[in-house]
Amino acid sequence: MADLKLDQIRKSYGAVDVLHGIDLDVKDGEFVVFVGPSGCGKSTLLRIIAGLEDITGGNLMIDGDVVNTKSPRDRGIAMVFQSYALYPHMTVYKNMAFGLKLDKQDKAAIDTRVREAARVLQLDQLLDRRPSELSGGQRQRVAIGRAIVRQPKVFLFDEPLSNLDAALRVQTRIEIAKLHQKLQSTIVYVTHDQVEAMTLADKIVVMNGGNVEQVGSPMQLYHHPQTRFVAGFIGSPAMNFTNVTIDAVAQNKVTVSVPGGMKSVLPFDVPADAVGKLVELGIRPEHLTLGEEGALTVSGEVDVVEKLGDSTYLYLKLANGDRVTVRAAGHSRVRIGETVTASAPAGAAHLFAPNGKAFAKIDCPAEFSADDDT
Amino acid sequence: MSFSNIRREDASRAVIVHAILLTYTLVALYPIFLVVINAFKTRKGIFRDPMGLPNAETFSLDGFTKVLAKSNFELFFYNSFTVTIVTIVIVLLFAAMAAWALSEYKFPGGTALGLYLAIGIMVPIRLGSVSILNLVVDLGLVNTLTALVLVYVAQGLPLAIFILTEFMHQIPKDLKEAARCDGVGEFKIFFAIILPLIRPAVATVAVFTMIPIWNDLWFPLILAPGDGKQTITLGVQQFIGQYVTDWNAVLASLSLAIIPILILYLIFSRQLIRGLTSGAVK
Ligand SMILES: Nc1ncnc2c1ncn2[C@@H]1O[C@H](COP(=O)(O)OP(=O)(O)OP(=O)(O)O)[C@@H](O)[C@H]1O
Ligand SMILES: [Mg+2]
Repeated sequence: MADLKLDQIRKSYGAVDVLHGIDLDVKDGEFVVFVGPSGCGKSTLLRIIAGLEDITGGNLMIDGDVVNTKSPRDRGIAMVFQSYALYPHMTVYKNMAFGLKLDKQDKAAIDTRVREAARVLQLDQLLDRRPSELSGGQRQRVAIGRAIVRQPKVFLFDEPLSNLDAALRVQTRIEIAKLHQKLQSTIVYVTHDQVEAMTLADKIVVMNGGNVEQVGSPMQLYHHPQTRFVAGFIGSPAMNFTNVTIDAVAQNKVTVSVPGGMKSVLPFDVPADAVGKLVELGIRPEHLTLGEEGALTVSGEVDVVEKLGDSTYLYLKLANGDRVTVRAAGHSRVRIGETVTASAPAGAAHLFAPNGKAFAKIDCPAEFSADDDT
Repeated sequence: MSFSNIRREDASRAVIVHAILLTYTLVALYPIFLVVINAFKTRKGIFRDPMGLPNAETFSLDGFTKVLAKSNFELFFYNSFTVTIVTIVIVLLFAAMAAWALSEYKFPGGTALGLYLAIGIMVPIRLGSVSILNLVVDLGLVNTLTALVLVYVAQGLPLAIFILTEFMHQIPKDLKEAARCDGVGEFKIFFAIILPLIRPAVATVAVFTMIPIWNDLWFPLILAPGDGKQTITLGVQQFIGQYVTDWNAVLASLSLAIIPILILYLIFSRQLIRGLTSGAVK
């Protein structure tokens, strides 16, 4: 079966370095999702795995074989493109069978495979149509079908859902998840939709500027971001950040003053020489509740209220001008202009050094931890 | 209000455009029309009333019977047809392959090669007539259709490569890469995906290549004027000498010469209209 190993993969276009040494292990059957902001090199990395781009440095291994110089056809991969890339002059059936004919497999075997894939993807009725006679969602399913029939070692998806409308995207996402359960194949999937990443991935790779920021399960990234970038990237709406001063440091305890003057004791391992320095405090909107029960309190004037029905987002303006988003109950009656106080348990806080690295959290409570997640 | 105004403006513009195009079509077709109607008239009818349609008195098929019975018309026809078809096939095949190489693969000197080929569009091949003649003599190809085919291929290739390269650039990159991921070899990608997709361009090139060849008088005259190798245009010229006063035959043979090119044009032009890439990527 197929595991994938990237060892110090680098890529330059002329003088421009796009990837700066990517290390990654993908185990057989794993669903790995690359996320990151636009231009961070996700597609480039995927295309390198596919063999559509040359590798500038490092090694790429599939099943333990170095495949750096192998052509796409010899790597046992199948790729699904954002644009679908169906052959416009061929029927759905031919689109799916095209890659197979060339392997000189016998006709009946090809036919069974194509029809099986078509059945799984509910394309049975459409086999004689041309791509131009299909809807966007159907085209995407044909593109996936074309990948499936090849029974590749590794599936590669480059933002396969981004051309679909919202409802279809959710539906196709679920279909892809089901497909993965059924086929148990190795999948590498690029997206910048973090819902897709969180729901589909066994393992998320967060990329930034040609580097891997962090690799982990969705829950690990959500609860234990190692950098401020990952903290801000994973989660929706994004984590709140504000600068705080360190007042005192004790054994596994740090006292910070939050804008507005309130002090909080948080369970972080911070070096003693950090006292008096500015660090960044991060807290997720969904961990803040209105009231003052929690150890970590912020207060400010509400300047925007967004009602979503099931919840209400309040945007507070803190004393230092930073914005903080609070997720309140759907029936919240807070109005614009009111001053409210919100708080969170100390365990929900994240603390980031000026270089963006997270300080280690001590004795993380279970509700803010991904420890049960392996 | 404004909506209907816009519509009226569109309509009047369409009328003007069509009027211009129709006028042009009439001007272009009138000489051909004259040739065809006069081909069906008696000699007297041609000279008395060159613009008039054939009527009961002037109608005659003399020209056609003479051409078909007394000359080697079928042979001329066959020669023209062979030269044109063989040239089109060769030009399309090689131009498409060259265009694919130039548009798809990056190799040292690729751009320079593309430019070199483009220069061929600007330099008329007739400037090289003397050296071409020498070359053909040296190769021992005088009075062969092969000589004509070779010259016409050289003449047709530059423009064909240029047009096809442009079209190939427009084929989405994803499509070729999808094929490569599908394990399809480069030749198969070219013949099974690229060529079908640029069929309209291929048809355009075929028409552009075919017409000057069919109508050419110059190269048949200097390279293959010999008996049995004349093309239709050259054959007609010789009628003029042979039947110096017999316009019926000349006009009849010209009329007949239009037919095959018309058929070829109709075949290719059906392809011109088809937009095939729809539904490939979106
Ligand atoms: N052919 C190329 N020549 C030069 N630079 C390139 C080339 N292809 C990509 N790049 C650069 O490489 C970087 C990474 O591109 P890539 O397409 O991998 O981004 P991405 O993460 O997939 O972004 P997106 O989410 O927008 O698709 C970009 O900064 C881009 O400008
Ligand atoms: Mg991309």
